[in-house]
Amino acid sequence: MDSSVLFSLRLSLQVATVATVCVVITGIGIAYMLAMKKFPGKDLLDILFTLPLVLPPTVIGYYLIVLFGRNGLLGKSIYGWTGFSIMFTWYAAVLASFVVALPLMIKTARAAMESIDRNLISASYTLGHSEFDTFLKIILPLSKKGIIAGTVLAFARAMGEFGATLMIAGNIPGKTDTMPLAIYTSASSGDWSTANVMVVFFTLISGSFLYIANRFSKRLV
Amino acid sequence: MTLSATLQKKVNGFSLDIDLRVDNELAVIFGPSGSGKSMTLQLISGLMQPDVGTISFDGSIFFDSGRGINLPARQRNIGYVFQDLALFPHLSVQDNILFGAKGLDKALKKKRLYDIVSIFHLDGLEDKFPAEISGGQKQRVALARALIRGPAVLLLDEPFSSLDTELRFTMRNFLRDVRKEFQVPIILVTHDIFEAYSLADNVIVYSNGSVVQIGKPQEVFNTQTMPDCETPLFFSYMFTRGFF
Repeated sequence: MDSSVLFSLRLSLQVATVATVCVVITGIGIAYMLAMKKFPGKDLLDILFTLPLVLPPTVIGYYLIVLFGRNGLLGKSIYGWTGFSIMFTWYAAVLASFVVALPLMIKTARAAMESIDRNLISASYTLGHSEFDTFLKIILPLSKKGIIAGTVLAFARAMGEFGATLMIAGNIPGKTDTMPLAIYTSASSGDWSTANVMVVFFTLISGSFLYIANRFSKRLV
Repeated sequence: MTLSATLQKKVNGFSLDIDLRVDNELAVIFGPSGSGKSMTLQLISGLMQPDVGTISFDGSIFFDSGRGINLPARQRNIGYVFQDLALFPHLSVQDNILFGAKGLDKALKKKRLYDIVSIFHLDGLEDKFPAEISGGQKQRVALARALIRGPAVLLLDEPFSSLDTELRFTMRNFLRDVRKEFQVPIILVTHDIFEAYSLADNVIVYSNGSVVQIGKPQEVFNTQTMPDCETPLFFSYMFTRGFF
């Protein structure tokens, strides 16, 4: 197989894996806050974390440029302190995938947490357990199906991310061309044989992953 | 062994204003639905915060609005059995019970588990999950879990409401034995008149968020102050028929 195809495949898996790990850690925390806590601005926060689901990826990419570009609101300071800019690196692809996949984890994990009988949580407190202990021993295990579903959806979304990635990571061959970008490049330049190989490969890999995830989640039921 | 509680709480138009004192006894809070019985248990346990009041047990203050003291539920060492029992579905019977043994050292946990499994007739069920055991067994697991740590007080929120009549009768007898064994003050909430009469050392009668009467069951159920039911006449009938 063409080495550029293998590179794109490896990069896509790497980006999706790192983004999914970040999504799981952050998403579970945010889902817990939204499901269990009352605080001012909660509705606003909910809308903010849902927006990436409905906004076009190019709009997400635009916001990320405004925030993390070399002259962006945060990017300028980061560049000033470290001399590093995330733009046009594989980290930018991770950031784009993270932002678009995060709402999927938050929605599914939050729904799972909200469906837990509140008396179970109260029982844990009356039995001497702290909020963190209750989170680890009661809430997490009882919402594991939602969390697994969220992880699978987030990984699939991260693997397929295109628009926002193109905006902030670019489409640099051998550097930031994840598989969806490489497929676009091949198809737009008329290299149909390479595009065919990548499309079939991408479909097989995504399908296999979903199959394994489904088997795993059924075993947990 | 005395629990004292003076509580005021307003929630969604409902107002609770009560003054309780429970010694080493089985006190039954009796009253119609919506009279504030379960809310009282939640306030005492720390799952809900009173607007104004004090809660103390033998000099230890759990809550005092005037002094800004509000011990969280986990620090009050109060056993609580919920109406739906709230057994953790993902934990085995043994792990459910041990979940209540927080803070005990390993050897003591093991000994208490051994003793409590025997007292509550749960031998052979340790590895089963709540979905795999009967209603009566679930009740006993919930009680065992609430008692393994040696709580200061045990609160029971209509714990037998989901059982059939025969099993309720068995569980009431069992609860009397449990109180003898553990010597813990118990507050049981019920709207079941038989349960109140047959279990209580003292009955605390609620109506619309207030205590309207406190006394021995025989005194309470033979006076005319009972709210929302024809109790005295009804009980006279039951006595003459030899139900008690």
